[in-house]
Amino acid sequence: MIQKKKSNKANIIFILALLILIFVLEQTLPSSSMLLTVVKKSAIYALAAVSMNLLNGFTGLFSLGQAGFMLIGAYVYGMLTIPVADRAAVYQYFDGGIIQFSIVEGLSGVLGNVAGLILGVLISLIIAGAIAGLLAYLVGLPILRLRGDYLAVATLGFAEIIRAFFQWEALGPLTNGSNLLRKFTCLDDFNIVVDGKVAVYLSTTVLVLIVAACILVITLVINSTYGRAFKAIRDDETAAEAMGINLAKHKMMSFVISAFFAGVAGGLLAMYQTTAQAMPFKSAMTYEILLIVVIGGIGSVTGSCLSAFIFIGASEWWLRFLDMEKYNIPGLNILRPGFRKVVFSVVIMIIVLFFRKGIMGENELNIAGFGRWLKQIFTKKKAAVAAAEEGKNNG
Amino acid sequence: MQWITNNLPYLLAGISVGGQYALIAIGYTMVYGILRLINFAHGDIFMAAGLIMVYLSASLPFYVAIPLVLILTVLLGFAVERVAYKPLRKAPRMSVMISAIGVSYLIQNVALYITGGLSQMYPSIPWLSDTVTVLGATTKRVTIITPFLTIILIVLLVQLINRTKIGMGMRAVSKDFETSLLMGIKIDNVISVTFIIGSFLAAVGSLLFFTNYTGVTPTVGALPGIKAFVAAVFGGIGSVPGAVIGAFIIGICENIIKAVGWTVFSDAFTFALLIFILIFKPTGLFGEKTTDKV
Repeated sequence: MIQKKKSNKANIIFILALLILIFVLEQTLPSSSMLLTVVKKSAIYALAAVSMNLLNGFTGLFSLGQAGFMLIGAYVYGMLTIPVADRAAVYQYFDGGIIQFSIVEGLSGVLGNVAGLILGVLISLIIAGAIAGLLAYLVGLPILRLRGDYLAVATLGFAEIIRAFFQWEALGPLTNGSNLLRKFTCLDDFNIVVDGKVAVYLSTTVLVLIVAACILVITLVINSTYGRAFKAIRDDETAAEAMGINLAKHKMMSFVISAFFAGVAGGLLAMYQTTAQAMPFKSAMTYEILLIVVIGGIGSVTGSCLSAFIFIGASEWWLRFLDMEKYNIPGLNILRPGFRKVVFSVVIMIIVLFFRKGIMGENELNIAGFGRWLKQIFTKKKAAVAAAEEGKNNG
Repeated sequence: MQWITNNLPYLLAGISVGGQYALIAIGYTMVYGILRLINFAHGDIFMAAGLIMVYLSASLPFYVAIPLVLILTVLLGFAVERVAYKPLRKAPRMSVMISAIGVSYLIQNVALYITGGLSQMYPSIPWLSDTVTVLGATTKRVTIITPFLTIILIVLLVQLINRTKIGMGMRAVSKDFETSLLMGIKIDNVISVTFIIGSFLAAVGSLLFFTNYTGVTPTVGALPGIKAFVAAVFGGIGSVPGAVIGAFIIGICENIIKAVGWTVFSDAFTFALLIFILIFKPTGLFGEKTTDKV
C-alpha cells in the first residue's frame, strides 16, 4: 500500500515535469516546430487510442467505430463555437445555418474573455463528447448484443453511416453539408497575445492538459469496481455473468464512456486542424488508432500514450526522409513520396506478427517501478561481479 | 414502356454490381467459414488486381495481360495467407483480425507508393466495354455478361466444394477445425486453396467492376470489400449460395436507392441492412445455427 502511494506520487511528479517541459519547449521553439506538431497530434491520438483501449483492451469488445464518434465530436464542437458574425461566411450555402449562437462568445460576454474562452471550450467539448456518448447509447442498444467479429463490422458500418449522414445536404443548415466547418475557436486562441504579438504560447500546453485530464478520468474508471467488472467480462463473459455482473449494463457503460472520450478527441482534433470535414474520418483512421493500441499493448493505458507518440512521430516526422528523393542512393530510386508509409506499414506488420504484446503488454509504465527496475539491474550486476570475484578468490 | 426504359439501366446496373459483389463476397464467406476470420485485406486484393491490370495492359496485349492478372492476384492472396495469417494460427482471433487490418493498411500504402496517389485509368477491354442496347436502354456489354459469368463460376465452385476431395476437406475444416486436423486433413493446404479461389474470383470481379468505373485508386477496394462482406453476412456467412443471393440483393437495392435520388445514402443503406439482419437473424438467410456449449 505504501509502495503504491509512493509510486503514485512519483507518477504525478513525472507528469507535472512533462507538462512543464512542454510549456518551456513551447516558449522556446518556433511555433512551426515539428516537435510541437507531433506532440499536439499524438496527444489527440493518445486520447482516441486510450478510449479505444478501454473498449477493446479492457472490456474485450472489438469495436471499430472510433472514427465515427470522433467525427460527431469534431462537428458538434465546431457547430457550437463558430462566432455568430462568421456564420454567414461559413454556412454560405445554407443562409448562415440554423444555430445562431456560439458558446464561447456567449460565455465571454458574461464572464469576460479569459474565463469565457476556457469554460466555453470545455463545455463545448463536454457537449461534443456527450452527444457522441448519447449516439453510442442508442446504437449500442441493438449492436452490443452482437458478438466478436460481427460487432466489429457493425460498428465499422455505423461509422460509415454517420459519415454519409453528416454530408447529407438536407442537414446542411446544421452540418454545412459536404463543406468545411471553419473559423471556430481553435488551439491558437489560447495563446496570450499582447500588442498583436504572441507573448505566451499556450496552445500545446492547454491541449496536453485537457488530454491528460481525460486520460486520468479513464484510468480512474479502469481502476474502479466498474473497471474490474470490465476486465472480468473481457476474461470470461460466462464467468463474469455467474459472478453477478450485469453484462449488458457494463458493456453499454464501457461503450458509452469510450464514445464520449472519442468525441472529445474528435473535438480536440477539430481544434488542432482548425477545420472540420467528414471526409478524413474514414475507416482508415479507426485502423490507425487500432494499430496504435496494438503497438502500445492491448490493455495498457500508458502503452497507448507512448505508442501514439511513436506512431505519430514516426509517420509525420522521423521517417520523412524516406519521402525525399534527395536522399536516394545513386542508381537506386526507391525514395519518393509514399515510401515512408510502406516502410512504416511493414514495421507495423512485423510488430503485429512477431511482437504481439506490443511495447507494454498489459503492464503500465510506472516511474517508481522503472527506478526499481534500473536499481535491480545495477544490483544484479554488482552481485554478479561480486560472485565472479568470489569465484576467482576461491579458485 | 417509358417507365421501363427509364428504370431499366438502374436495374441492370444493380444486377451487374450485385454479380461483382458476389464474386468478392465468396472470398469472404469461404475464409470466414474456415478460419472464422474477416479477411479485411480481401477488398485490397481486389484493388490490387485492378492496379496489376492497369500496369500490365500498358505493355502487354489483353490476351496475355488478363491471364497474368488472374495468376498474380492468386499469388498475392496466397502470399498474404502464408505471411500474415499462417503464423497466427494458434493466436487469439483478435490478433488475426488485427493482422488482417495491418495487411490491408500495407497493401493500400504500397499501392499509394506505386501510383503516387493518382487515380489510374483502367484500360477499356475491347468487346467487354462495347456498348449494347437492351430494350431501349444502352449499357456496356459487361453489364449483361456479369450475372451470367458469375452464375457459371459459382456453379463450378459449388461442384468443386461438393464433388472433389479438396472440397470435402473444406467442408470438413469449416465444420470442425480440430477434428479435421485429427482426421489427417492437411489444413494448411485447404486454407491455401480457399485463399486461392477467393483471390481468383476477386480478380475476375475486379476485371468486371473496373470496366464500368475506369479509375483505380488505392482505397477503391475498401468499400466494395466491406459491402461484399455485408452480402456474405446477409446470406449467412459460410454459405456460398447465400453470399451470392445477398450480393445481388444489395447490388440491386443500392441502385434502386440511387434511382430514387438518395445517392448519399446508398452506402449507408448497406450498413443499415447489416445491422438490421444481425439483430433479427444473426445467422443470415442461409446460415447454420450454431449452439454454444459451455
